[in-house]
Amino acid sequence: MFYREAGQFKTSYEADQSLFPIRQDRIGLAVILLVAFIVIPLTANDFFLTSIMIPFLVFSLAAIGLNVLTGFAGQLSLGSGAFMGVGAYAAYKLTSIFPDVNVIFLVLVSGVFSAGVGAIFGLPSLRIKGLYLAVTTLAAQFFLEWCFIRIPWLYNYNASGAIEIPKREMFGVTISGAEATPIARYFVVLVITVLIAGLIANVMRGRIGRSWMMIRDMDIAAELMGIRPLQTKLLAFAVSSYICGVAGAMMVFFWLNAAEPSSYSITLSFQILFMVILGGLGSIAGSFMGAAFIWILPVFLKFVPGAIGIEIGAETVEHLTFMIVGALIIFFLIVEPHGFARLWQIGKQKLRVWPFPY
Amino acid sequence: MKNFKQFAIGSAVALAIGASGYVAEAAAEDGNYVPLLTYRTGPYAGSGIHIANGMNDYLQMLNERDGGIGGVKIVIEECETGYNAQKGVECYEATKGKNAVVYNPYSTGITLQLIPKAAVDKIPVLSMGYGLSAAADGNTFPWVFNVPDTYWDGASVAIKYIGEQEGGLENLKGKKIGYIFLDAGYGREPIPLFEQMAEKFGFELVKYAVPGKEMQNQSSQWLNVRRDRPDYMIMWGWGAMSPTAIKEAVKIRYPMDKFIGVWWSAGDDDAAAGGEGAKGYKAMNFSGVGSDYPAIQDIKKLVVDAGKSQTDPESIGSTLYNRGVLNSVIIAEGIRAAQQLTGKKVITGEDMRAGLETLDLTNERLAELGLTGFAHPMKVTCEDHAGSHPVFIQQWDGEKWAVASGWIEPMKDLVRPLLEAAAKDYAEKNAPWPKRTEACPN
Repeated sequence: MFYREAGQFKTSYEADQSLFPIRQDRIGLAVILLVAFIVIPLTANDFFLTSIMIPFLVFSLAAIGLNVLTGFAGQLSLGSGAFMGVGAYAAYKLTSIFPDVNVIFLVLVSGVFSAGVGAIFGLPSLRIKGLYLAVTTLAAQFFLEWCFIRIPWLYNYNASGAIEIPKREMFGVTISGAEATPIARYFVVLVITVLIAGLIANVMRGRIGRSWMMIRDMDIAAELMGIRPLQTKLLAFAVSSYICGVAGAMMVFFWLNAAEPSSYSITLSFQILFMVILGGLGSIAGSFMGAAFIWILPVFLKFVPGAIGIEIGAETVEHLTFMIVGALIIFFLIVEPHGFARLWQIGKQKLRVWPFPY
Repeated sequence: MKNFKQFAIGSAVALAIGASGYVAEAAAEDGNYVPLLTYRTGPYAGSGIHIANGMNDYLQMLNERDGGIGGVKIVIEECETGYNAQKGVECYEATKGKNAVVYNPYSTGITLQLIPKAAVDKIPVLSMGYGLSAAADGNTFPWVFNVPDTYWDGASVAIKYIGEQEGGLENLKGKKIGYIFLDAGYGREPIPLFEQMAEKFGFELVKYAVPGKEMQNQSSQWLNVRRDRPDYMIMWGWGAMSPTAIKEAVKIRYPMDKFIGVWWSAGDDDAAAGGEGAKGYKAMNFSGVGSDYPAIQDIKKLVVDAGKSQTDPESIGSTLYNRGVLNSVIIAEGIRAAQQLTGKKVITGEDMRAGLETLDLTNERLAELGLTGFAHPMKVTCEDHAGSHPVFIQQWDGEKWAVASGWIEPMKDLVRPLLEAAAKDYAEKNAPWPKRTEACPN
């Protein structure tokens, strides 16, 4: 009833192939974008922007990156944290070498380095798959983390071994460094995330995306049908690492301001993987939902008791948050092993036929 | 339908939680708000719990005994960071809006993240004996305080003490000194000074890095120590790293009286882990040992025995607990100084910064506080936010720590130029670094 397509006729191929063929979806997306671009900047306080929205968008983008590789192309990877780190360190080096170049441009370029590294570590995927591939990407994780610690050139020989992001401006507005306002940083992150998400959503429907999915579903059949596994798999690794790299660079430039090698450790890789699995493999919307669940929920749970006036020790809250989030992950994966994206799809289907279930 | 119902309920719950989190937090108006970034969970909890208890209990004791400072209560709020820099920043963002007067990150990683923010948000960062050594240069870092000592002060004291043991610094020539450290910003910080001193005094520096993940698995590093046979070992450990290192040192029968830890490796639990064999282990310290101070007795009576704290009564007076107390003493004295300076009762972060810059903790003042001999007198100035105050060496007798040396002055002549160079370097690398805009209060 709410979601009826009746009366929405498609009279051209463009209409039939559009990204969102149903009017309700288009309205929904417009509302989400309206909230993201206008309502949140107008109403949110600094804490909401810096600790919830910016990390959420960064993680969403990273989850999209991993989703390209794992969800769409079927190559399991545990190295996404390290690829994010490559983006961050590359952007940091670039901005210290070219201080006058726009930092957003550098962040986007830094993904190229990440893509190159990702493609190299994607080479084993031509011979091995599944858990074996996961282990080789794990090696990438450890190797790259080792580089971030051991190669002082990467962090400009700082005594602390950390990278600190300097102040950078665009059109007179400070967008990185400590002085950047949360609003400015939020807009940068939002625009980049929305653009890349839109781009990937379209790529997935085209030739490249379909060839990735063929490789995922059955690589031998795909090869017989003329898909070249070498190029396709490496492209998936490169695109995925590119997106992860941009997310990693945004993480340090527009969110944290400083990063130690441990920021890009295996923990981050797992976090991103959980987002992808919980959100739904092979779904762009699912990446956002997974990121929201894994990042936003714990933050809220942490500050809810204080906000409603319950006095509990800080560490008890932390333990409780761990337990609640853990329990919810198990609960949601039992209810729907294919993640939130699938739940959302089921919900849409139910609304479509409501009130007559069949 | 079943799935959908669950989904709908789930999303309703999530929305409700989300909405309640969106409620703006109330600001503390009738007291001085001191957020404490603590970690009672995570890999460093073993050390973090004592520090957190010490910090919390002293401030609570002031509230109970004197009704706060200058007639207004201290509003204490803990935020759990788990020693994780991301969570630390999250805690910072969540609490800074409530008119926080000072931040104590208690983690080098979190400190590094907060240093650039401090000047923007105008809230000072007090990193007592940790964090960025270069921050001791108050001209470049007006918002960061690392009183009483920087890591570089500590490193110079360690070498000076070893020199004393050998009958003079000139006898260090040809000696081999091992440095085992946590492979993070924290442990790497002293290396430039160690290298400089190695060149100057002619000893050989052998480095043993312990990665954070491998804190509890140091056999390979100690195997190397056994092979290299350094004459002395210096340790920069924290959390689970220190007790593991001491255990391993005992295992390879390293002479414990030649094994010197930094003040963060001076916990009672650290040394006790080595059992009987740990007897003789030494560590630097700048806060008093034991619970025989009137102020600590007040804490025991008014806070711990009254059930207002999570502190295990056994741990009162332990090294790390007392360190937490000293941290709170500096906060409290900073607030008091700021109140005297401005005449206000409820101060802001800017007042607090000015207050900390006039901090002068004399022996008389320590006596007034009921802490005679608890710390060396400390004085902060505009230029010098650390002060390079003397440090003493304590030694583990198998059951407790005992003072093993007098107060040892750091080698200021070596440390200060390095500090200034590092501060300049930091400002250049982070150009444009904001210039000091705050006038000197004294």
